[in-house]
Amino acid sequence: MNNGLCISAHCRIKDNSAALNGETVFTLEEASFTQFIKALYRDQKFEYSKFFKMDNLSKLGFAAAEILLSNADDKIMGEEVGVVLANANASLDTDVKHQESIADAKNYFPSPSVFVYTLPNIVIGEICIKHKFTGENACLISKSFDSDQLFEYTMNLFNNGKVSSCLIGWVDCYLGEYDAALFFITRNNDKKSNFESERLKSIYQNCS
Amino acid sequence: MPAPLIASHNILSPLGFSTDENFSAVRNGKSGLALQASSPTSNTPFCAALINTDKLDMAFQAIGNPNKYTRFEKLLILSISHALKDSEVDIRSGQTGILISTTKGNIDLLDAENYHGFGENRIHLWEAAQQVQAFFENPNVPIVLSNACISGALAVIMASDYIRSGRYNNIVVAGADIISKFVVSGFQSFLALAENPCQPYDKNRNGLNLGEGCGTIVLTNNKKAGLDGELIAVAGGASSNDANHISGPSRTGAGLTLAIGKSLKNAGISAGDVNYLCAHGTATIFNDEMESLAFSTAGLSATPVNSFKGYYGHTLGAAGLIESVLTVKSMTEKLLVKTAGYTDCGVSGKINVITENTQANIHHAMKTASGFGGCNAALIFSKLS
Amino acid sequence: MEELINKLKAEIIEVLNLEDISPEDIEAESPLFGEGGLGLDSIDALELIVLLEKNYEIKIENPQDGKQIFFSIQSMADFITQQKVA
Repeated sequence: MNNGLCISAHCRIKDNSAALNGETVFTLEEASFTQFIKALYRDQKFEYSKFFKMDNLSKLGFAAAEILLSNADDKIMGEEVGVVLANANASLDTDVKHQESIADAKNYFPSPSVFVYTLPNIVIGEICIKHKFTGENACLISKSFDSDQLFEYTMNLFNNGKVSSCLIGWVDCYLGEYDAALFFITRNNDKKSNFESERLKSIYQNCS
Repeated sequence: MPAPLIASHNILSPLGFSTDENFSAVRNGKSGLALQASSPTSNTPFCAALINTDKLDMAFQAIGNPNKYTRFEKLLILSISHALKDSEVDIRSGQTGILISTTKGNIDLLDAENYHGFGENRIHLWEAAQQVQAFFENPNVPIVLSNACISGALAVIMASDYIRSGRYNNIVVAGADIISKFVVSGFQSFLALAENPCQPYDKNRNGLNLGEGCGTIVLTNNKKAGLDGELIAVAGGASSNDANHISGPSRTGAGLTLAIGKSLKNAGISAGDVNYLCAHGTATIFNDEMESLAFSTAGLSATPVNSFKGYYGHTLGAAGLIESVLTVKSMTEKLLVKTAGYTDCGVSGKINVITENTQANIHHAMKTASGFGGCNAALIFSKLS
Repeated sequence: MEELINKLKAEIIEVLNLEDISPEDIEAESPLFGEGGLGLDSIDALELIVLLEKNYEIKIENPQDGKQIFFSIQSMADFITQQKVA
């Protein structure tokens, strides 16, 4: 059934490789996440110095959104763009760093610039700041990529007239492992890329 | 489209374990905030609203083994079980969903002292939610929302959309957060904590207090499933992002203004129809100032407004739910509750802060919240006439 | 004094993750916050308070004092020197 919505672009970042609509845009073999994401930043010429202040989760989500939206329509209205992200590990990657800073009473120095990232929705904030998206926000936590949950929530936003386009997907990182799969959903009667839960799932599973 | 109706609700807090106990305390000006001189969650004394652990475990024993669940899970399970008692909703039904809202869940388990062999998965929010789901023998995968300080308000909006779309006939929305060393140390590093009970919108306000608790709302599409008396629906809601800064509130309130405008549109009413506004009011200098600008821009300058933070502190992912229940209770009790801690106006946007408990007919009430990441949410409760 | 200034520059670059900036890029007298300077924000200001406490054992009781102290590298160095004497 055609619902008038389509997946207009999708981006995947995992295993030291970044792809837009299934085509690799950058790879770097045998690198840590830190090395890889920095190399990706340089290669794609993001030119956004705040990037280096971000935690790993935000860097990952930010980079994926930059690539995803590199060909997006300039005329999109920020007010009508929603951002709905999900992951399994919330902000644990940074939570652990904050916990380390308070574990030893003799070396107790909690850092505000670490603590601020101990929320999984900060990456949504970072993407919104860069792209001036002021629409709907939601950050969901599930054990693994749940296309039904993302699809249902996004459909509710469109059906209630709350968004006219929506950046959705999965941005997860913990202990050096990472995976980002972002989709840009817009109003368009393109049958080949009609927005469906099954299509989200198959893109997620095939682009790995 | 089915209207999302409130079947029943519960608040679990230092002020009591039922909605009635809580509302009666608040009505009588009683606050849960107290100086915590020997809490393991802080190296230095701080002012917060904390739940007594023995009291919690004692109450929990009536429904389960308190040693099997973490503090966070116990809050959720106990609050949900209390809320379910007052409704006909069957939690075991496939047509009933569970939505959990929290910022930090079981984060205290990162501290070896609290680990108690719960297993390494328990730190994950989805696993904690599954513990709750399994306790109630609900067949659906629980939905977990973790969206900073708007989590609770956004969870109610999200749940009401699930009822509207027909996805579920009923949905149990519960929001909880506990106070841990993790959270206290972070807010201390932000210099955000007030030494004394907080003073929302007051000229002497100098920061927030933390609190812990849980709020639960059972939503249904069945008019007969709930509490006796007037029916209240979630009429609409919306969220927004400031797109300005990840921790500092917007200087203009534009993001919150946008969420308010969208929620009014979604509910099909105008700002003048709102009889009561239950605001976020954390009592930090910048949050309260930002809210005042948003409220006046949105046309809510004359609307009676309060903040419940002077009674509960900031309960993070629970705040939106606890305060939504208090909003609904204010509607059915026809009472506007005064803002504890407020004396002299200290914000530049024109707002009408409630300074004395006042009887009032409330047909439409709005709840707002704003949080880190630049997020804002506004939702509207309406009496069905 | 110059030694302290150079040390502060290196420390600030490290704790504030100023990836694309080298110590030579920072003028001791130029403002750290706002336009025309390093463009630091409110979280950076809080982080500088932690830096003073951790590396110099100086506790700033009133965050309002931060505005003056953290105006520039020079004002930070002056403040640290003054505290050490007192």
